[in-house]
Amino acid sequence: MLSLDRVGKTYPNGVRALDGVTLDVELGEIVAVVGGSGCGKSTLLRAVSGLDRPTQGSVKLDGDTILEPHEQIGVIFQEPRLLPWLSVADNVGFGLADRPKEERDARVANALARVGLSEKAGVWPRELSGGQAQRVAIARALVTRPRVLLLDEPFSALDAFTRADLQDQLLGLWADQKPTLIHVTHDVDEAIVLGDRVIVMRPRPGRVADEIEIDLPRPRDRQSAAFDFAKRRVLAALDRSLDRTVSVDERETKTAAGQAMWW
Amino acid sequence: MSRFGRIAFVGCAMSLVQMTITSEPQAAVEPVGASERRARWVQPVIGLLLPVGLAVLWEVIVRMGLASGRLVPPPSVIFNTFLELAQAGELQRHVLVTTGRVAAGFGIGVVAGTLVGAITGYSSLTRRLLDPTLQALRAIPSIAWVPIFILWFGIFETSKITLIAAGVFFPVYLGVMGAIRSVDRKLVEVGRIFRLSDFAMVRRILLPAVLPAYIIAVRSGLGLGWMFVVAAELLGASEGLGYLLIDGQQLGKPAQIVAAIVAFAIIGKLTDWIVVIATAPLLRWEDRFARAEEG
Ligand SMILES: Nc1ncnc2c1ncn2[C@@H]1O[C@H](COP(=O)(O)OP(=O)(O)O)[C@@H](O)[C@H]1O
Ligand SMILES: [Mg+2]
Repeated sequence: MLSLDRVGKTYPNGVRALDGVTLDVELGEIVAVVGGSGCGKSTLLRAVSGLDRPTQGSVKLDGDTILEPHEQIGVIFQEPRLLPWLSVADNVGFGLADRPKEERDARVANALARVGLSEKAGVWPRELSGGQAQRVAIARALVTRPRVLLLDEPFSALDAFTRADLQDQLLGLWADQKPTLIHVTHDVDEAIVLGDRVIVMRPRPGRVADEIEIDLPRPRDRQSAAFDFAKRRVLAALDRSLDRTVSVDERETKTAAGQAMWW
Repeated sequence: MSRFGRIAFVGCAMSLVQMTITSEPQAAVEPVGASERRARWVQPVIGLLLPVGLAVLWEVIVRMGLASGRLVPPPSVIFNTFLELAQAGELQRHVLVTTGRVAAGFGIGVVAGTLVGAITGYSSLTRRLLDPTLQALRAIPSIAWVPIFILWFGIFETSKITLIAAGVFFPVYLGVMGAIRSVDRKLVEVGRIFRLSDFAMVRRILLPAVLPAYIIAVRSGLGLGWMFVVAAELLGASEGLGYLLIDGQQLGKPAQIVAAIVAFAIIGKLTDWIVVIATAPLLRWEDRFARAEEG
């Protein structure tokens, strides 16, 4: 189990990016995190990944405090961050350098097949489209079979069609290994397609404002009424997190409802 | 107002852009490619017009007896001197000696510059310790070292090779340190996520990332190596192309001086070209502007 206990982060320049974030995530659970930009989502993931240390509180994976990157925790960033001097296959196998070559080749081939890019194994990263590059990054993160995968707005640079496609692929891959996912996004639809629950964050300082269970069976129909209802709840929580008083200010309620109705 | 509407719209606009991008080259690739290929041949030829024209003009003027060409020998005389030196085996001997000195000094300078540059680039403590001193030493015009090098290492090979190595060291050191410091933090984080050791981080992330800048640094180091070998040989040598220069000056043989200069130009360019060719396979991954023209 991954547990965050009153995690706070104050940057050296005095910005309080996180304050008292407490969160328990079960193995295999998918937690979506939404919130406007600047409310500490990336800071939160960097603390969980061990890339940065929190200034208060602690992050623990099965009781081990995370202070450094952990072999059971993988990360997918907003940009693919492929190494341009390695072929696609070598990028995917980057974390398997200590494995025997046959095992590495087999696992890389398998991971590439799972993201539908077997025929790109030999090409350079510069020859990939944005969506393909991000799929390679997903393969690179999953090929080491981490128990926790952290994703920081991984699809936000992609067009809407590619994005929906990758959401479905990610769910397929998750079903294989059932890692714990913490998926940061600013796309409410994405949060509801993926998450077992949606954590809504609020800024200055970054805190958990609300938590919404998404009790829908997978695969989730983006057009269904239940989906729409869940989305309305998340949007309302987002409105509340920004201190827009939903019940009093009717115009804001309409905005949220209107967004939900658009699909 | 509707953020989802905008996303969908952006999606459409992007695929339109993609369509335009992919459809354009199909129509335009032939004429553009052909004219570019022509441009690649024509441009150097245009560049040659002036020097070749002047050389031919000077040859004609001297042949017509309008000038003696004693101090500025015409091309045919230079060419003959070159041939004579080569036939006597003199040219090869001097070229070999000079090239050997450059090779030794270049080797030492590159190894030292790479090691010190990598360490100071990676560790900020070492950088704060060493860099100010090295920057101060770099500010000294390197020729100023010659007297003290001669005092310390004698008039023979050691002082010459030391001078060349010092000249090669600084561009390599600066290039490696600067390149390592400017490696994209985002790629370093990928290495951290996969828990690379310090050594693996240098070998698997930092060195490949700095390779393009490193090769440029090595090439400028090589250029300086050739400059410094001239300085070293001018200041006292009994062999080498620099000796040919001095010998030509003292015996009043301008054609020999120009022939030696031409030899310098040829092997300088040749060695640079060897570095470029030898390292090209290491840089195939680079997404360079120039590559777009090749395809
Ligand atoms: N390295 C940093 N140094 C100082 N302030 C930072 C740094 N990174 C982020 N911040 C600040 O912390 C806050 C939260 O940032 P971030 O976690 O990136 O938010 P989000 O990912 O939700 O957009 C912002 O106000 C941002 O300006
Ligand atoms: Mg962010």
